[in-house]
Amino acid sequence: MTVGAYELIVVGASWGGLHAFSELLDQLPDDFGAPVALAQHRSIDARRGGLEDLLQLHTRWHVREAGDKMPIERRHVYVAPPDYHLLVERGSFALSVDERVQFARPSIDVLFESAADAYGSQLIGVVLTGANEDGAAGLARVKAAGGVAIVQDPHEAERATMPQAAIDATSADAILPLNEIGAFLYGLCCAAPAREVTT
Amino acid sequence: MAAPEARNGSPAPAREDVEPLETELLLEAINRRYGYDFREYAAASLKRRLWRRIHAEGLESVSGLQEKVLHDPACMERLLRDLSINVTSMFRDPSFYLAFREEVVPLLHTYPFTRIWNAGCSTGEEVYSIAILLQEEGLYERTRIYATDINEAVLETARAGVFPLDKMQDYTQNYIRAGGKRAFSEYYVAAYDGARFQRSLTDNVVFAQHNLVSDRSFNEFNVIICRNVMIYFDRSLQDRVHRLFYESLAMFGILALGHKEAINFTPHASAYEAIDPHEKLYRKVA
Repeated sequence: MTVGAYELIVVGASWGGLHAFSELLDQLPDDFGAPVALAQHRSIDARRGGLEDLLQLHTRWHVREAGDKMPIERRHVYVAPPDYHLLVERGSFALSVDERVQFARPSIDVLFESAADAYGSQLIGVVLTGANEDGAAGLARVKAAGGVAIVQDPHEAERATMPQAAIDATSADAILPLNEIGAFLYGLCCAAPAREVTT
Repeated sequence: MAAPEARNGSPAPAREDVEPLETELLLEAINRRYGYDFREYAAASLKRRLWRRIHAEGLESVSGLQEKVLHDPACMERLLRDLSINVTSMFRDPSFYLAFREEVVPLLHTYPFTRIWNAGCSTGEEVYSIAILLQEEGLYERTRIYATDINEAVLETARAGVFPLDKMQDYTQNYIRAGGKRAFSEYYVAAYDGARFQRSLTDNVVFAQHNLVSDRSFNEFNVIICRNVMIYFDRSLQDRVHRLFYESLAMFGILALGHKEAINFTPHASAYEAIDPHEKLYRKVA
């Protein structure tokens, strides 16, 4: 892992994810600038803008629903829209309505795999709580492309299935309780100058 | 034995690094051999669809797919299906159809005859949804719907009007929330191969092959519906298709896009006013 060289953080969450991701946002200090993109499984009937409004209470960055061709900007949190897959291209987002992956749309695998292709070693992937196995293949791709793989400790996650599947699928760089993930990300992204750290 | 090295002394790049080049060559080959131009499709979703086909064919690389596609037209047919099918459902986004009923139908009642273009209709779920809506609103008899797609095979599916029975429960829910006025089951009969929709729903529908990438406008329309098709295109192709739609719409004609497709920042944005910005219903005013 290299400190300070990360352009994007992708986060996947399912059951219990809203609570977990809110807590993660609470931990990130204001000078943490790397953009964050979240794929959270949710109902397609969810109230328009509801998730973004809730998350906005936990951060001073701009929380936005990611749109097709929307540029990826620092100090922004992007949320995958319900019933669309969110994909990453270099510098911008893309959407698709292709079939569900792991029964999910948005699928965490789709977000992570496309982000790994676009950002390679400049990407951090974080898998949080969830009751299915979406995100495991995606995190493995993040790791294979040279990025950093972080997983919430299944023992303290609200649902262990998703983080455990991610741990089984790849050799994670860090398996951490939720309340330590923010500091770990901050250390990776904000401790200057860029240097190699041992893992 | 040492691994072969490239001329500059560094090892040959990993397979991953040559994939963009392989993809470029594949798309060029498809265009020259078959005349389908996918070179301006959005890279990330195109890549997923290509790899789905690569795995399904038992291949291991984009180059492998290129070789097979060039020599085997049936493989091209399968790839075309992967690249052109847009997964959709009847009355997808019920709120859109509700808005169409409430805000577009009254406008259409002022016209003696309405031409509607459903561009990129895929397997036809949207066409049948629109036809049902227009029947219930007393407009169908004076409407012609042009349903087009790049892929002749999916048009065959659309013409047949047979959809999986196991979807009918979801579609019924959508139909009700879309403001449906009858029992959804009145529109189809359960057959051995699925739910067969009433033939009368296609009496005023023309199914035709049309390629948004390369074909020109073929009529003037009062309504163009193109939902979740252009998200698969890159920016410059999106701009060209927007130009095609602008040129194909009559003055005060309606353009309907997918929920996450905005008209802002497209070349003709200022020529439209939003009828319903959330449902992405626009009206050509200049």
